[in-house]
Amino acid sequence: MKALEEFMQKVKPSKEGKFPLPYWVWDGTYTFLFTPGHTTQKGVHVRDGVDLKRTMFTVIIALIPALLFGIWNTGDQHFAAFGEDPALLDKILYGAQLVLPLVIVSYAAGLGTEFIFTALKGHPIQEGFLVSGLLIPLCMPVDVPLWMVAVATIFAVVIGKEVFGGTGMNILNVALTARAFLFFAYPTKMSGDKVWVNTASVDGASTVDGFTGATALGDLATTVGTPVGQNAEVLGEFASGGTYSMMNAFMGWIPGSVGETSALACLIGAVYLIYTGIGSWKIMFSFFLGGLAMGGIFNAFAVNDFMALNPLHQTLLGGFMFGMIFMATDPVSAAQTNSGKWIYGFLAGFFAIMIRVFNPAYPEGVMLSILFMNVMAPLIDHYVVEGNINKRMKRLKTATA
Amino acid sequence: MSKVLKVTKGLDIKLKGEAEKVSKDVASEVYAVKPTDFHGIFPKLMHKEGAEVKAGTLIMYDKYNEHTKVASPVSGEIIEVVRGAKRKLLEIKILADKEIKYEKHEPKAGNREEVIESLSTGGLWPCIIERPFGTIANPEVTPKSIHISAFNSGPLEADVDYALHGRDKDFQRGVEVLANLPSGKVHLHVHSQKNTSDLFKNITGVEKHTFSGPHPSGLPGTQINMTDPINKGEHVWTVKALHVAMIGKFFNEGIYDAGVVLAVAGSQIQKPAYFKTTMGASIKPLVEGNLNGNEDKTRFVSGNVLTGDRIEKSGFVGFYHDTVTAIPEGDEPQFLGWLAPNLDKFSLSRTFFSWAMPGKRYDLNTNKNGEERAFVVTGQYEQVFPLDVMPQQLIKSMIVDDIEKMEQLGVYEVLPEDFSLCEYVCTSKQPLQEIVRKSLDQAKQELG
Repeated sequence: MKALEEFMQKVKPSKEGKFPLPYWVWDGTYTFLFTPGHTTQKGVHVRDGVDLKRTMFTVIIALIPALLFGIWNTGDQHFAAFGEDPALLDKILYGAQLVLPLVIVSYAAGLGTEFIFTALKGHPIQEGFLVSGLLIPLCMPVDVPLWMVAVATIFAVVIGKEVFGGTGMNILNVALTARAFLFFAYPTKMSGDKVWVNTASVDGASTVDGFTGATALGDLATTVGTPVGQNAEVLGEFASGGTYSMMNAFMGWIPGSVGETSALACLIGAVYLIYTGIGSWKIMFSFFLGGLAMGGIFNAFAVNDFMALNPLHQTLLGGFMFGMIFMATDPVSAAQTNSGKWIYGFLAGFFAIMIRVFNPAYPEGVMLSILFMNVMAPLIDHYVVEGNINKRMKRLKTATA
Repeated sequence: MSKVLKVTKGLDIKLKGEAEKVSKDVASEVYAVKPTDFHGIFPKLMHKEGAEVKAGTLIMYDKYNEHTKVASPVSGEIIEVVRGAKRKLLEIKILADKEIKYEKHEPKAGNREEVIESLSTGGLWPCIIERPFGTIANPEVTPKSIHISAFNSGPLEADVDYALHGRDKDFQRGVEVLANLPSGKVHLHVHSQKNTSDLFKNITGVEKHTFSGPHPSGLPGTQINMTDPINKGEHVWTVKALHVAMIGKFFNEGIYDAGVVLAVAGSQIQKPAYFKTTMGASIKPLVEGNLNGNEDKTRFVSGNVLTGDRIEKSGFVGFYHDTVTAIPEGDEPQFLGWLAPNLDKFSLSRTFFSWAMPGKRYDLNTNKNGEERAFVVTGQYEQVFPLDVMPQQLIKSMIVDDIEKMEQLGVYEVLPEDFSLCEYVCTSKQPLQEIVRKSLDQAKQELG
């Protein structure tokens, strides 16, 4: 490693001059390869081992089960649409050739934008995008065109993050900003029943005629207009043994965005995040409770079959688990105070189910509710902080009285 | 026994090289008074280079608070006055006599004024620290109480029971003298496990509080916040246990005895142990021939590794310190440090596999383990910050110089040392103690 270190020091570009970009690219690469030998100067003489790179890397590890499952499921859904059932490896390979380009495009577009801003502002590259870059492809439908991913990523990095001052300063979750951008700018590619399953045959253009690969939520949304019990066909899919049964939804054998379908894969990530102390269990737990609460209320006062759905089943569908574990817990855009996290998580889960059921045009309520709560988080924190201030004021009054 | 106050939020950083409880006498040749130890004073010399002084002779005072006078710890000759940039006074070095001669005082402890006057002329006034803002106490202020922490909780810090062994009488007298100063009581804080001897059990005339739990339970900031929180307009004074004993001896025998039992600890020390020496001692005789590895690769710290001051091998122990720590420098880059298992690194999070080895003692070095970043992770300061103050919000108000917000969020209750653990765990490697110190100075100017 000594040789590599020496090589890196030798090719170090100049920081000065009109085009500092090469220097910052070098700096980003060097600090990626080597934790610098910087020592403490003032204040504490020892520092905790963890840094932002390690933190972000931990989240990426937690995302790996969802990524791997997403790759397999993409292949599986594709072949299932043709009524085929090839070997496991074929499914994985087919899924990988669709999913990995999404990942690569997202990282390339995002990191490229980050490096440009880094050079413009003259600070080292910050690690925030390492996680966003993987979250973005995982919350997209598999058939989304690559150029759209690139545009959405650049939009999210610039408008969602850099205009606010970069990593740590953003108000909205970057990955969800990218998704919301596509959702509203190109709705036909982000919703409906054509985008969730890749039905291009292996040799190219032809598709399966008449195949609809709607998501569970899309199907449920069709039941909203009619009273309870009128949609036996759709409901059959949700009974045990149906396509969207509790078991299938938990395991993730259903169509949906690349990484969101398997509650199990997400939960494995959650266990790792909570165990390492990187993800906030308070947000995840209260988010889950919020979803159950809203689902329970709907269930009790159901006027259609969507509302009547078992609350637990609600939380297993769509991006609920994925959003709960990886999106809502983003520490920058979530509430920052400990009690604020409980309120924030609960309301985000609560609204996720509410939006999904009451506004079937937006079946992905989780995205909208988390973005909404991102905006509300500073307000929640404000009142929590006020509480602390008031306690101190009260103490002062009793002390002087 | 009264109830035990549990400190649940905190962290014990278990370092290698704890001082063994054996002590030997070591006399330095050179001692020093470091004006930089006394925050916020404007030092004025009272003697020139070459002057002969006794132990307890006043050698320096503060231009703006004339009660703040600092005495020489030993008798001897002032051999050098070291100045830095802009003629800033850095060190007053004293070559010690073989036999220490003491200046004789006749302190009076009849009332508050007499005690203040005696402490001041005895050179003991700098022992008293005032909160808010952590400066040397202003005698014109009457504090509501005085707080004495009878234990250290920081990494590798000296065991106060051991260091003050046999000084019961001095300590008792010190407490009695100090009781003249505040309008309220003198509080003594002990730890249910760390204070093992009878030393503090028999002290009377104080309000005792028993604590349990990890660092920072031993910091006065934590103790005051849990027993007697500071409101706007109130003042609290704190005195270190060692200094209480010094004050007691001064009033008992009329001499300024700066003798101290110093813990010399850390993984770079071959035989970590206690040394009987005198305040302001050069650490050279304590560490020479007692080091593991290269001295160029060693960080010497006067105090503990969280709050102490960096000193050279020929440097001197600070006025407020009873511990010297030596740890390895960590100026080597680490290949893929963010990916490596890093069994030898300690973290509050469980991102390293070192969590699998509870109770392991770590050989931490001075590497920052990453670069400074904007605040990203939330909730980690709260895990190690037991005060009823919101640490991250307070820090942010300090960064943006929002004095009003700082006041509302409890700036009166904190000192930089209270944020030392937060600084340790900070993922974004922010210099919290520096931020707090700067803001406290600014707040003191604007809020008084």
